[in-house]
Amino acid sequence: MDKKFMTIDGKTVEINGERNILEVARKAGIDIPAFCYDPELSVYGACRMCVFENERGAIDASCSAQPRDGMVIKTNTPKLRKYRKTVLELLLSNHCRDCTVCPKNNKCKLQEFALRYNLSDVRFPNDYNDASKDTSSYSIVRDSKKCILCGKCVRTCNEIQNVGAIDYGFRSSKMKIVTAFDGEIANSPCVGCGQCAAVCPVGAITVKDDSEKVWNALSDPNTEVSVQVAPAVRVALGKEFGLKEGEPLMGKLVFALKALGFDKVYDTSLGADITIFEEAAEFADRLANGGVMPMFTSCCPAWIKHAEHKHPELLNNISTCRSPMQMFASVIKHEYKGDKKHVHVAVMPCTAKKFEAKRDEFTAKDGSKTVDYVLSTQEIIAMIKTAGINFAEAENCPPDNPFEEFTGGGVIFGVTGGVTEAVLRFVSKDKSDKALKEIAYTGVRGLKGVKEATVKIAGKDVRIAVVSGLANADALIEKIEKGEVKYDFIEVMACPTGCINGGGQPRAELKDRILRADGLYKADEAEVKRASDENVLVKEMLSKMDKHLKHELLHTTYIKR
Amino acid sequence: MQDTIDYSVLDAAIEEFGAKESSLIAVLQRAQEVYRYLPAEIFPYLSAKLGISEAKIYGVATFYENFSLEKKGKYVIKVCDGTACHVRHSVPILEALRKELGLSAEKKTTDDGMFTVETVSCLGACSSAPAVMVNDEIYPTMNPDKAIALVISLQGVKNA
Repeated sequence: MDKKFMTIDGKTVEINGERNILEVARKAGIDIPAFCYDPELSVYGACRMCVFENERGAIDASCSAQPRDGMVIKTNTPKLRKYRKTVLELLLSNHCRDCTVCPKNNKCKLQEFALRYNLSDVRFPNDYNDASKDTSSYSIVRDSKKCILCGKCVRTCNEIQNVGAIDYGFRSSKMKIVTAFDGEIANSPCVGCGQCAAVCPVGAITVKDDSEKVWNALSDPNTEVSVQVAPAVRVALGKEFGLKEGEPLMGKLVFALKALGFDKVYDTSLGADITIFEEAAEFADRLANGGVMPMFTSCCPAWIKHAEHKHPELLNNISTCRSPMQMFASVIKHEYKGDKKHVHVAVMPCTAKKFEAKRDEFTAKDGSKTVDYVLSTQEIIAMIKTAGINFAEAENCPPDNPFEEFTGGGVIFGVTGGVTEAVLRFVSKDKSDKALKEIAYTGVRGLKGVKEATVKIAGKDVRIAVVSGLANADALIEKIEKGEVKYDFIEVMACPTGCINGGGQPRAELKDRILRADGLYKADEAEVKRASDENVLVKEMLSKMDKHLKHELLHTTYIKR
Repeated sequence: MQDTIDYSVLDAAIEEFGAKESSLIAVLQRAQEVYRYLPAEIFPYLSAKLGISEAKIYGVATFYENFSLEKKGKYVIKVCDGTACHVRHSVPILEALRKELGLSAEKKTTDDGMFTVETVSCLGACSSAPAVMVNDEIYPTMNPDKAIALVISLQGVKNA
């Protein structure tokens, strides 16, 4: 065997197909700093923080240099420290340094590296382009005076999502991240997925903060505030409170939401159960009666907006089912019998949900939006911290009446393949552990961007595809349209690996996503009922609804954009 | 003046260079040549035809000095300010032209849409320095008086 080795900081490290020196070093536990490098994106080589020194004292960027057998390099020398400090000083010279009032305060890479390299002074005058923020989107806020031009947002928007709402515009010192014609992001094909905010190392793109409006509703004695919490939220907040990443913490979260003053706390997993009833029925109907095929899922609002922009020809292929959040909210508002003003809040892993909630289609009878405000996981964490609630020590509380029942099938909606698995559980007559295990092994699980399975339903082979990441979805759609592949049912989630990695979640590296997915499956296994059709409450609720009411509360339409 | 967009120009360019991402600059150059700027209307058209986002086309269009998003004059006067022209006094030529036409570094095109005055870093006509180019024609060994006379003669063409 011809093994290849290189020496990094005196350590011998095997080279095993890594795409650059930076990956080899990180494998060896050497944390080379970088702003613009992301293992999931193409190499850009712009920030020059990841430099190394070779035996002859030459400096190169480790993200764009190939590892070679016998190479000897150093990553921490006086020369490199000086070089990195200068890079940081130059970045800081045209960066707005109002850190205390920045949404990324304490979560900022620029801050982190300035501290790490013991930067005590910036030799250059602080001169930045004081352009106003772009607050046009419901999902994200862009603040160009915080931008360090690392390009992660551009590469994510183009390579991972194939949305192309933003790109590099102008050049040299005038360079900035732009939409077409440098207009507002709300007028671009942006789908609001928030993946750009998730990868932004600084405060240049952040999640739109709606918490102030929710605080106001909570402190109004004449308003009853109900809240629903999406499945993926429960596995993404532990780390922020000193608990384990990926640990399912719905019980503690219900306690914390009660402590914040929410009158009723519900679990969106119930909404997901309703979705399964409706979506499975719709699929069975299309399958039996020659409806438009293949059928695409409709839970993900970023995918919906993407399809409305880029695939108007497919709008009839998308399930008419509202998302679990919208189905549940419509039911909650419809069933509300109290005298007070009713405000409904949804806590979501998602920034696109903020846009979805504002869609014209989702208006309650009283003229309000069915979901008044959407809070991302990040915002609810901040609110819990503001209120000084001891989350780590909180008791476990169940969700409230009258919507307390949910199944494991609803819980797994938060990870790629979950919707499909829940549908398969629903249509399977056998609900034994063994049968559920078999469903889990059909190929719907795992964090790959594209998964396939073929399952027999009612004597027919049903071909299923599960995709996450809109670039993967677009590639699959192209293959379908060329006739290269054929499917009956296609689950699409815009964010890679699904909602566990949503744009509104605390940032999750790939290893964190694995833990979050495990956490959701753990929460699912903890439920006695794991198939949505076992949800008696939902079954009864739906049996009381006539076709017209179901249409009014649970289904929707799409528009070409 | 080209007021409505003639998309057949783009179609012909795409036909010639291929409907692929790498044809973008060549197609934009053709558009710039025909329309004398890059009208906003062509962005969605090219985006669909070449499979490139409008944001990326905008990025390319703003990166290269040669592309303009604003309508240019019928006569684009490029005053060379490369080293050879500069040392042979190109700046007074530029100033004289701007003064004559009421233009500045910010306002590059006359209100009647007749003239655009801009600088270029080298026209490759160093032996004839200082040089000025009007559309595709080079005017060698210029001075402020000759430049103004040139403008007046071009205005005469308009009035004729």
